[in-house]
Amino acid sequence: MFLIRAYRTTLPRFGASVPVDTAKMAVSRRVSATFKDLPGGQILGPTFDYTHRLLDFALMAEGEAAGSPPPTPTPIPSPQGGGGAATPQIPHVMSFLNRDGLIETDAAGDATPPDLTREPMELPASRPLRLQSLTRGDEGFILSLAYSTQRGYGRTHAFVGELRIGTVAVEMDIPELGFAVEIGEVELTECETVNQFTGSKTEPPQFTRGYGLVFGQTERKAIAMSLVDRALRWRELGEDFVGAPAQDEEFVLMHADNVQATGFLEHIKLPHYVDFQSELELIRRLRAEAMAQKEAAE
Amino acid sequence: MTAQDYNFAYLDEQTKRMIRRAILKGVAVPGYQVPFASREMPMPYGWGTGGVQVTAACLTPDDTLKVIDQGADDTTNAVSIRKFFQRTAAVAVTEATAEATIIQTRHRIPEAALTEGQILVYQVPIPEPLRFLEPRETETRKMHELEEYGLMHVKLYEDIARHGHIATAYAYPVKVEGRYVMDPSPIPRFDNPKLSDCPAIQLFGAGREQRIYALPPYTRVVSLDFEDHPFEASKAPHDCDLCGASDSYLDEVITDDEGGRMFVCSDTDFCRGRVAAGHIGRLGAPDLAQEAAE
Ligand SMILES: [Zn+2]
Repeated sequence: MFLIRAYRTTLPRFGASVPVDTAKMAVSRRVSATFKDLPGGQILGPTFDYTHRLLDFALMAEGEAAGSPPPTPTPIPSPQGGGGAATPQIPHVMSFLNRDGLIETDAAGDATPPDLTREPMELPASRPLRLQSLTRGDEGFILSLAYSTQRGYGRTHAFVGELRIGTVAVEMDIPELGFAVEIGEVELTECETVNQFTGSKTEPPQFTRGYGLVFGQTERKAIAMSLVDRALRWRELGEDFVGAPAQDEEFVLMHADNVQATGFLEHIKLPHYVDFQSELELIRRLRAEAMAQKEAAE
Repeated sequence: MTAQDYNFAYLDEQTKRMIRRAILKGVAVPGYQVPFASREMPMPYGWGTGGVQVTAACLTPDDTLKVIDQGADDTTNAVSIRKFFQRTAAVAVTEATAEATIIQTRHRIPEAALTEGQILVYQVPIPEPLRFLEPRETETRKMHELEEYGLMHVKLYEDIARHGHIATAYAYPVKVEGRYVMDPSPIPRFDNPKLSDCPAIQLFGAGREQRIYALPPYTRVVSLDFEDHPFEASKAPHDCDLCGASDSYLDEVITDDEGGRMFVCSDTDFCRGRVAAGHIGRLGAPDLAQEAAE
């Protein structure tokens, strides 16, 4: 990842794609924890979630254990037999709740979101900027923060309204043509949580949302991201800051980037002879002074 | 593979003995959270490892096991846990509540009344009822010790002051035999009254948090409330669309993207039993009708 990010530095930017439409995703897996059944169905797809991790002693006896592949869950085809550009839409679960006005809506805007890859992080950060940072963030870090909210450090009462994995077309407006053309496909995992919200001074009781969107088949990170996103939204929803790490925007955003963190952490392996030498001299001088004082006192 | 390579019900006998000691202590002090050395299980934490360990420690070869999740026998996690015990303990399994000797559940209490001799095992994510008021375990244990439950009442009172209601729909806290405040696991508060005076043994297992607690048969369990705001068990104001039951907890199922929806019993065994007995709801019994047509 570091190599790719470093190489991208050398490339000119031609433009930005149109926003990908995850409702048109060619879905390989899509589940909702809030409704038992729903339009588009529960599509279990490729997952080990329902497979027990039991060792097969018979295989071990035959000496095949090392080479044997893990059991492959049966892939369940998309109900529409999807794939390709003509993929039918599987509507988002959130739209069903939205019908009743039970869930907050975010008006679509034309504002160009800030771009973390081109501009420095600015705090306080807008939600688009926070989401970008979390998408790029280290999975382990985001996971632990999300877990801490589940254990009471900034609890968000999250339900997985929907989790979907699949490929979406990436399109780009070509000014010369006057319309958008498909320039490729990308695999994404998207998670939308429905969170209890009992209202605040400024908002009536309503379900609120957390959002996670990450590259590849990375369910754990998408779910974790949506929990952390929701925890970071305390200010705009008029909730209390309870001092939880996951609520602390600066703490979260400034430490989420794995490339930054790894680099800075591991750099302490590099020579620090000069700095250390100056520390050595300082501590020797202080110790000598302390000894002298002690002797003088005796 | 025959799972004979594993000990009966997966865990070794020493581990089961350790868990049984914790269960006995829990039964002796109803509602008290007993720490236990939870083991790694071949399924992720948060997927019922506590319940599975309690079930494993209680199972005998003669038991008949039922596993439900959200009230249903056919949900993925329930199927998965049932298969786990079929493989590692080769016990008989059933979907009928009355036939089961041990029922492991996630998020529901069966609609059918339980009987003496049955064991209901709950999977518990967060055993500490005070956790979301005080995240530190060192503090909450002290609060239980001193019976300092003022914080919980303040929280419920603030709900009433703000909304006119107590805004807790599931995992509604209860007081056990006038002593310990207990988390009933995330069952809907509709199920809370069934906790009290129950002829079956109720055991609660929290694997990740390493706690077991228990309600022996006929324990008095009271949902926390105020005199002027008594506890109310609530559910969707509908009858089951399949079996017409008006007294069961219902799942909402979205049937199309035009806002269509139906309500069905979350307890699939209860619903199937009513349909078999001739009860019919608003939308009839499509499964049975279909089967008859074929
Ligand atoms: Zn029914």
